Amino acid sequence: MTLVLVETDATGAIEVSRETLTFVRELAQPVSALVVGEVPDGLADQLGAYGVVSLLHAQGTAFTTYAPAAWAAAVVAAKSASGAAVVTAAGTPRGNEVMAHVACRLDVAMAANVVTIDGTDPLLVSRQVLGGSALEELRLDDAPAVLSVAGHACVAKPADSPVSTKVDTIDVQVSDDDLRAQVARTEAGEPDESGALKTARVVVGAGRGAGSVDGFKDLVELADLLGGALGVSRVVTSLGWRPHHEQVGQTGSRISPDLYIPCGISGAIQHWVGCSSAKTILAINSDPDAPMVTKAHYAVIGDLHKIVPAINEELRRRRRA
Amino acid sequence: MTDVLVCIKRVPDTGGEITLTQDAMSIDTRYVGHTVSPHEECAVELAIQTAKATDGAATVLSLGSADSLEQIRDALAVGCTGAVLIDAEAEKFGPADVARAIAEVVHAHEQEGRTYDLVLLGNDAADTGDFQVGIRLAYALDRPVVAGVSTIEVVGDRVVARADGADGTDIFEVELPAVLTVMEGGIEPRYPSIPGRMKAKRVTVETVTPTGEPAGSGRVRLKLPPTQPSQVEILGEGPEAAAAVVDLLERLGVSR
Ligand SMILES: Cc1cc2nc3c(=O)[nH]c(=O)nc-3n(C[C@H](O)[C@H](O)[C@H](O)COP(=O)(O)OP(=O)(O)OC[C@H]3O[C@@H](n4cnc5c(N)ncnc54)[C@H](O)[C@@H]3O)c2cc1C
Ligand SMILES: Nc1ncnc2c1ncn2[C@@H]1O[C@H](COP(=O)(O)O)[C@@H](O)[C@H]1O
Repeated sequence: MTLVLVETDATGAIEVSRETLTFVRELAQPVSALVVGEVPDGLADQLGAYGVVSLLHAQGTAFTTYAPAAWAAAVVAAKSASGAAVVTAAGTPRGNEVMAHVACRLDVAMAANVVTIDGTDPLLVSRQVLGGSALEELRLDDAPAVLSVAGHACVAKPADSPVSTKVDTIDVQVSDDDLRAQVARTEAGEPDESGALKTARVVVGAGRGAGSVDGFKDLVELADLLGGALGVSRVVTSLGWRPHHEQVGQTGSRISPDLYIPCGISGAIQHWVGCSSAKTILAINSDPDAPMVTKAHYAVIGDLHKIVPAINEELRRRRRA
Repeated sequence: MTDVLVCIKRVPDTGGEITLTQDAMSIDTRYVGHTVSPHEECAVELAIQTAKATDGAATVLSLGSADSLEQIRDALAVGCTGAVLIDAEAEKFGPADVARAIAEVVHAHEQEGRTYDLVLLGNDAADTGDFQVGIRLAYALDRPVVAGVSTIEVVGDRVVARADGADGTDIFEVELPAVLTVMEGGIEPRYPSIPGRMKAKRVTVETVTPTGEPAGSGRVRLKLPPTQPSQVEILGEGPEAAAAVVDLLERLGVSR
């Protein structure tokens, strides 16, 4: 049995959790899912489509707000209930955090951001190291094997044949110690508008090359002229230049537009996994050797702050003509 | 008064190109500089700010060879006032080994009457990216832990920490002593000044050796992702390429 900690939103299992459910089929074991807290409507059917035979549900006052150790207690209880030999979650901040807690509680190793399963006896995995520029082949001898699956390591795909998912509530002993670190309150972030980004036919990308919080005007204009959306690198969201829902990549959205125009984005692997399914990529970058340039179909070399306004002007000129 | 211990790791500053050693067990660092991850730079900054705000002290710790003194001095130069080097071959230490070795130091200092109310680490190390040393340390010390916090503030006997959550900013209020792992983005780390560097030279670094043998990480080997031959067509350089770009947009049928 494989146990997957599934994260949900109002619509069901989030994309990276569905990717993880897809990824673990490689292990050729039946799959149980654990959901902590509220279960969105229709989740059992959705998980059934992904081949999940059993949905374990942890609920109660301990889970009203996020407490990583309490979640880990739920995972350990679900592990016992399901007899899972492999325990996983998507490599989200929460997934990695909870898996690390689980590994401590079970006194086993934890492999973060796994991208491939290379062997099952013994379990061999490859995981991202050095910010994704290299992979580490790792042997996981402990039972259970605890790991997280890197975001967008595969494409979420329902199983060939759906199964009916048995739903059970599990009993979780949460100690006071497990609630020492618990979310006291949450300040609402910007509304998640990543829907438009994920479905846009054209996405204009912006990275550190944008230069500052004021460096996005021309890029937004280009996106508007093409009826597209703006997507950004993690550097841009980390620096607070743009909201997180615009981020493309491993810890952001996966996009598959007809055309992606990354401007001032180097093309790190964590960004690349989010944009590699674009049909055509046109990179704009001052460095002809940037990975984004060498991996693109087309490129323009130079300063985006000169090139993008010129493209906007040319588009407007031809429309007037 | 909040005394803070901040843990940093010396890692190769690879930039882009990476070469592996012959046995593929590590990266070839002969021609690269070294640094610490941006998360840890922010952790150092938070340690200094917290110490200042509460009249406490910030101590920096690193497990590695004597080469790690370079990174330790950098942290001293920006305002840490104490330093510990756990002299060990970092490559042989898996994340559980590192956590155990750090816990040993924390316990040993406790015996001497030096307690750390707060231990800060990076969310993930820039090289191994294990995402766990901080959490393992918290279990070894039996303390609460929050991962991925971007800002912190000590209020009385608690620390208020903010972290990017699934639906906005999650705010944790955790009783001290605690362990926090830091994610970059909440604050700007300061740069060392010349007087800061001079001062750093005078600080004595306590050197300790860990007890017991490390279990290791289970690494079999490192691999570099295969490089695909580039198929890129360069449309031009600079703004002169605009016409070629718009031609392409028209060909792709996206220019409306
Ligand atoms: C666990 C993990 C998860 C991550 N998840 C993500 C993720 O989801 N998404 C993501 O994007 N990253 C992610 N990253 C970060 C990723 O590794 C890179 O650090 C990031 O993508 C780099 O952003 P960038 O390309 O904007 O910046 P840089 O790498 O600094 O590149 C800037 C580029 O801009 C070019 N440039 C500079 N000035 C100009 C100019 N005036 N005109 C034109 N070009 C210019 C430069 O030549 C360079 O190529 C993750 C990292 C980790 C470790
Ligand atoms: N050798 C080390 N010396 C000091 N701190 C370390 C060491 N290795 C890891 N850490 C700390 O633990 C954090 C998380 O590391 P990791 O779990 O390996 O991704 C790092 O950001 C550091 O703060």
